Amino acid sequence: MNWGSFADFVQMGGYGVYVWGSYAMTLAALAFEVSGVLRRQRRTWRRLQAQLTDEPAL
Amino acid sequence: MSDAKLLHARSSVFRYASPVTFFPLAGKLSRLCGVCAPLLICVGLYIGFFVAPTDAQQGEAYRIIFIHVPAAWMSMFIYVVMAFWAAAGLVIRTRLSGMMALALAPTGALFTFIALWTGALWGKPTWGAWWVWDARLTSELILLFLYFGFMALHASIDDSRRADKAAAILAVTGLVNIPIIYFSVKWWNTLHQGASVSFTNAPTMAASMFTGMMLVTVGFWLYSIAIACVRVRSLILEREGSSPWVAAYLRKQS
Repeated sequence: MNWGSFADFVQMGGYGVYVWGSYAMTLAALAFEVSGVLRRQRRTWRRLQAQLTDEPAL
Repeated sequence: MSDAKLLHARSSVFRYASPVTFFPLAGKLSRLCGVCAPLLICVGLYIGFFVAPTDAQQGEAYRIIFIHVPAAWMSMFIYVVMAFWAAAGLVIRTRLSGMMALALAPTGALFTFIALWTGALWGKPTWGAWWVWDARLTSELILLFLYFGFMALHASIDDSRRADKAAAILAVTGLVNIPIIYFSVKWWNTLHQGASVSFTNAPTMAASMFTGMMLVTVGFWLYSIAIACVRVRSLILEREGSSPWVAAYLRKQS
């Protein structure tokens, strides 16, 4: 075990800002991408479904 | 193998080059990879933070490695895959290849950005600078611009087939940057440290560090597959929305 306490873990031997700054940005970037991709999928899907109900079924 | 068998084997491979058959496959693939990716990343990071020891030279600052190196690897790997699909689009002209290349570009750009960002936050405490114009950093920044250029060029041309073609030429040309990034730490005297893991030598790091890093790498790789599959499904629907198979598919779903 590397960490004596939770505070130790957060401080990362004095490098907390750099380590957590890296991890936070990575998480934010991935979350941004996932939400964007899912939103685009939903939007496209809905638009096509709406088109489909507008047109008479063949 | 008889001709008929050969023809069948070929057609079963090329079957997935068609958007119609690839669409449901991409859906399944994205769900499978989307579930496995976060699990692997979490296990990798657990090993990275709780099992891997403190680095003798860099203290705890080195723990940035568990995302920095996997992200940097993915930034290059995705570019190669993207250029492969782009080249396939130019040569065999399947409808899907251009969409595959376009679906990969934003994810590649994202990992390039993550590699640069985490690199800056690692450089500050170890080198005393957020950024230096060293060969490794500069060529990685050029990679980011190549991704942006690819997407911007594609977006600037209305006709999607022509956009695919123009962007593909850019992607294939930019491929020359990949070996430059990879070998930059050997070819030039860089501030950036040399590779701790290579194809030819045993890794020069603790086994637990290596394990953690590889798990995150595989996790990022699965993440990229999942996200590119979802994106390519949107692209297929956007481009082929008016074709009969999409209507039939949507009717079946609703």
